[in-house]
Amino acid sequence: MSNFIFGRYLPLNSIVHRLDPRSKLLLSFCYLIVVFLANSWLSYAILIGFTLAAILSSKISLGFFLKGLRPMLWLIAFTVVVQLLFSPAGGHVYFHWTILNITQAGLVNSGVIFIRFLLIIMMSTLLTLSTQPLDIATGLSSLMKPLRWVRIPVDTLAMMLAIALRFVPTLMDEATKIMNAQRARGVDFGEGGLIKQAKSFIPLMVPLFMSAFNRAEDLSTAMEARGYRDSEHRSQYRILTWQRRDTMTWIVFLMVLAAMLATRRW
Amino acid sequence: MAITFEHVGYTYQAGTPMATPALSDVSFTVPDHGYLAIIGHTGSGKSTLIQQINALLKPTTGKISVDDFTITPQTTNADLKPLRRHVGMVFQFPESQLFEETIQRDIAFGPQNFGVSEDEANQRALNMLETVGLDESFADRSPFELSGGQMRRVAIAGVLAMQPKILVLDEPTAGLDPQGRLEMMTLFNRLHQEQGLTIILVTHQMEDVAAYADEVAVMQAGKLLTCATPQEVFNDSDWVQSSDIAVPRAAKFAQRLSDRGVKWDQLPLTADQLADQLVQRWPGMGAHHE
Repeated sequence: MSNFIFGRYLPLNSIVHRLDPRSKLLLSFCYLIVVFLANSWLSYAILIGFTLAAILSSKISLGFFLKGLRPMLWLIAFTVVVQLLFSPAGGHVYFHWTILNITQAGLVNSGVIFIRFLLIIMMSTLLTLSTQPLDIATGLSSLMKPLRWVRIPVDTLAMMLAIALRFVPTLMDEATKIMNAQRARGVDFGEGGLIKQAKSFIPLMVPLFMSAFNRAEDLSTAMEARGYRDSEHRSQYRILTWQRRDTMTWIVFLMVLAAMLATRRW
Repeated sequence: MAITFEHVGYTYQAGTPMATPALSDVSFTVPDHGYLAIIGHTGSGKSTLIQQINALLKPTTGKISVDDFTITPQTTNADLKPLRRHVGMVFQFPESQLFEETIQRDIAFGPQNFGVSEDEANQRALNMLETVGLDESFADRSPFELSGGQMRRVAIAGVLAMQPKILVLDEPTAGLDPQGRLEMMTLFNRLHQEQGLTIILVTHQMEDVAAYADEVAVMQAGKLLTCATPQEVFNDSDWVQSSDIAVPRAAKFAQRLSDRGVKWDQLPLTADQLADQLVQRWPGMGAHHE
């Protein structure tokens, strides 16, 4: 579990870390759309340049991002291979066997898919590596505020999200402890056939659920004992303020967007 | 089974920016049938140390021998079963490992994983229930309807049912009432005496160290400060003070007396030793009790 990078926070002090979480969230979202708008090699080159610049300015070593890609490797490989083999005919045919074709269009398509995957994973990894989970929760709830007008309980949702995030490391620790205890009792996790593997998770999941429910109960009792009520309008300890660096980042992003739009094929 | 640590070092998440050294250059030996207590403050590396014994964590440097089994940084996960069947691990709050529908099946789970037949494992489960002081009527109940102390006993029975040769105990009595505490410690001592189990006990209870352990290892910031008999460790009161470790209550009492001029042949560590020595010194004192 220790080499699972996606969803981890790396405490460093860089401009990317100090950005307002709201602007990071919105930027990541816009970036997602932008990646799908690009279609010429030059427009991709611009996006790759922007992504690398963002990673460099976060002071996080590139190795981390490559490690973060590892769990996604099979998904990427699968999609690329499917694109490569089953693309519609177009351009030069390099290889043909029954329904499998490797064509020029297929090659281009799979290359495009690969780059899109890479860019999106890199950017979302950057978001989670450089933003504390709690800041992400605060940012999200701040962005959701307008939904109050349609009677969506934004504050309660935000509280749920913050608690869920808070308990991820706790439950991970708990899972490690239980796995150790069961390993010592002779369980091999992740070995043997599929059924055996699935079975080996019962001794992990049952105690984990038990402890999660117990914790939830304890926590709600403790919160109520200290006077927590939902529906109340709550003030916040972490107040988000829009800084000049946020504005600057958006200007850079809009420039990149303009450059990308100018170089894409219409 | 004897255990030998040779210059063992362990670093969590080695090779990442989050790398945290937890053990460095730890060397000691526990003889067959030995009883070693490990003491030290929270975060001193005790739990990391005991997880090396059955290779739940593998050392980043150095070498560990458990009987003729050797664990090095290169040891693979494939061939650990023969080791693990001989090392019983009772972790902190072991009741969190219970998961089966009935108590009997939960206790029989460990032995069955190590190839014991179902009938034999179930029979062992019944025996172990008795060993830990619960009667057979518990066998078909759910482990989740028990009290905390009873759950602890069932979890310990589940480890004992594997019939390990080494028993590793990580604060096995934390959170138990004094009576349960005494019963558990007496049980472990009986297994040590009668069946010759090698015992490794991590504890904050200096009274238990004094009463049961042959040797005591003192950990501090991932290093082994010393490994000697409780007598040697607690006797050196200057060293005890400077290394900030607690002393058994009887020894503390005896030291107060020696501040007032009482001389001991050997510093008493347990209440029994203290009483015996006092009676020897002033034979009249014991007479009042007769």
